Amino acid sequence: MITNIVIAGLGGQGVVKASDILADAALAAGFDVKKSELHGMSQRGGSVTSDVRYGHPEHSPVLSPMVPPGEAHVLLVLEPTQVEVARPLLHPGGLLIGPELIEPGALKNKKSFNVAMLGALSTGLEIGELYWQQAIQANLAEKLHALNAQAFALGRARGPS
Amino acid sequence: MTEERLLLSGDDAVALAALHAGVRLGTGYPGTPSTEILETFDRLGGHAQWAPNEKVALEVGIGSAFAGARTLVTMKHVGLNVAADALFTATYTDVDGGLVIVSADDPGMASSQNEQDNRHFARAAGAPMLEPIDSQQAYDYTWLAFAIGERWKIPVILRLTTRICHAKTVVRPRGVEQRRSLESHETSTEHGKTEHRFRRDIPTRVMIPAFAKPAHHRLRQKLAEIAAWNEAEGPMQEYGSEARDQDGDQPAPKLGIIATGVAAMHAREAAPDARQLTFGLTYPLPLTRIRAFAAQVERLLVIEEGDPVLVDDLNAAGIKAEGKPMRYRFGELNVERARRIIAGEDSPEPEPAKGKPPELCQGCSHRVVFEALRDLNCIVAGDIGCYTLGVLPPFSAMDTCVCMGASIGVGLGMRHVLPEAEARRVVSVIGDSTFVHSGLTGLAEMVYNPPPTGHLVLILDNGTTAMTGQQEHPGTGRSLDHSPTHQLDFAGIAQAMGVQSVVLIDGSDKTLSLEERIATQLARDETALFIVRQPCVLAAPKIRLYEKAAAGERERRCAALPEIDD
Ligand SMILES: Cc1ncc(C[n+]2csc(CCOP(=O)(O)OP(=O)(O)O)c2C)c(N)n1
Ligand code: SF4
Repeated sequence: MITNIVIAGLGGQGVVKASDILADAALAAGFDVKKSELHGMSQRGGSVTSDVRYGHPEHSPVLSPMVPPGEAHVLLVLEPTQVEVARPLLHPGGLLIGPELIEPGALKNKKSFNVAMLGALSTGLEIGELYWQQAIQANLAEKLHALNAQAFALGRARGPS
Repeated sequence: MTEERLLLSGDDAVALAALHAGVRLGTGYPGTPSTEILETFDRLGGHAQWAPNEKVALEVGIGSAFAGARTLVTMKHVGLNVAADALFTATYTDVDGGLVIVSADDPGMASSQNEQDNRHFARAAGAPMLEPIDSQQAYDYTWLAFAIGERWKIPVILRLTTRICHAKTVVRPRGVEQRRSLESHETSTEHGKTEHRFRRDIPTRVMIPAFAKPAHHRLRQKLAEIAAWNEAEGPMQEYGSEARDQDGDQPAPKLGIIATGVAAMHAREAAPDARQLTFGLTYPLPLTRIRAFAAQVERLLVIEEGDPVLVDDLNAAGIKAEGKPMRYRFGELNVERARRIIAGEDSPEPEPAKGKPPELCQGCSHRVVFEALRDLNCIVAGDIGCYTLGVLPPFSAMDTCVCMGASIGVGLGMRHVLPEAEARRVVSVIGDSTFVHSGLTGLAEMVYNPPPTGHLVLILDNGTTAMTGQQEHPGTGRSLDHSPTHQLDFAGIAQAMGVQSVVLIDGSDKTLSLEERIATQLARDETALFIVRQPCVLAAPKIRLYEKAAAGERERRCAALPEIDD
């Protein structure tokens, strides 16, 4: 089976960075992975979504790099205004993880909100914690590692079980 | 192949292959979704440069390939329009070193002014075209493009699309041994570094009619040979051919799909049981293979993004193929749309939810300019860049935007024919990178054919190519890798051309009202250029770093200079 995840938010929130981390973690865990989003205007504050798909490399390799609309198993939304915008992407039985899960004050630095949300996402996925940690380190500057490890742990504690 | 599994975007895969294949020079002009190719090639240690525009990039590339070096030239789809003059005759010539031109198309216009389909260029210019379906093929076809290009001494177009460029998929790069196998074309090697020597070959490189006439015949001959190679050995995948019924017989499947590029992936997912033929060298086409495939299926359906290029070619060749309804010509395809095409569904599609549109950053230097133009009720001939967002509220201060550089010509055209009161309100607005790309000739037009009311051009000089992610250009005084180089002097150029009023304006200077300055100028019958200078707020911190690094380098170099006695 292919797992379809869509991350949604606004430009500048680290949506693409979050999907890079997720994709790297899934790759390290041995999956075939594809991820895709539209760049371009995202830097200037517009809506951004990023699709990540992974599956067993032999039994269910990923074909299209885009999650078909309405077929996301999990929709991770980083910004309240984008919940309704992105909802049609979610499968009717899929899981929505919204930004209210982590209140702004809970984090030392609000820039690590995207990684905290990944922590919440991680509890429902078959990707070991070690792979997440490695992927976070590979995608962020060293001085940010400790901060984001904390954010990830905080999110993970609140993730749906 | 190595065991190494990398998760790479198509752009990065092309850059890595270029490095592995020993590309000596990468050149191009930024443009989404192609920009990252040269940036990554530079980061990996390759020699990459930004050219002022795509035409110059291709010309530099042709020269480098004439000199025998493997060369990569990158651009977005509309960039190939600018470079087309060079392309259409380059295909007549014999290029020694492989010359690979990346055309990154943008079906769906994620970040472009049109969704033209550059597969037409392969046909029109007679250039072989390769189209990968994922990053692995982007890597492999970069190699293949050099192999084809060098075997037939012909420029090759590697056509990517937004989802190939920016989607990340798994890539297994070639091992060092395999990499060596393609290095045989090298001429002479000294100290391990290849030296390219000039080889005079006038009849294949000087395209005067006497030489170009036989050259055109040679081009058609090359394409015929490449087509034959494509039939025999070209990169091709066939899926679903093993399908058998319960008795073990192979019934003629009802549906056969022909798809290329990322559409091949959507189609396979949409119809996993259908037979599918996918090929990588999409011009010249492997028509015999396609005909054989067509003979085995009841319904032959072409699933292609963009224009009906493939389906028209097949039907013209007498292969009866079904295309997609018109509505799927607009925008990108995806799995859902592929399913609809297969089902023959032509009812209106659900509208995707409208997200938040982008806007000029808070503190963006372009904001004050558009406030002034709005308040003066100017007729604004606009151009392409971040500043095109000046068309949106709260500014709504742009009246035209066609292609890069058009602001100046379009503004002049309006000035020539509008009644005087209206002509006086016309202003051309152009970014600094765009001005270098294709505004210089517009300025020449302004001084050569000045309208009776004169004209005013504003260069919004924010010190970077902001739109595509802050690349350097000849006006910034820094090269692609941000090291210092010669800087174009916009004011000096305009003065030398004969523009009557040339004014440098510090955009952060609040003591002088920009609005008043523009109003005063519009009342005069002069040709004028205002250069409004203020760095892009996103680029400013980086620019300061580059400047500091350059100053440090200068100091080191001065200290190292020998003392001069006089
Ligand atoms: C022929 C062509 N090449 C490239 C592009 C992509 N592109 C659009 S605008 C632009 C340059 C923008 O830089 P600048 O003029 O300095 O404006 P800024 O974005 O910095 O405001 C580029 C590279 C294009 N639209 N057309
Ligand atoms: S990126 Fe720079 S030029 Fe573009 S909107 Fe932001 S501040 Fe303005």
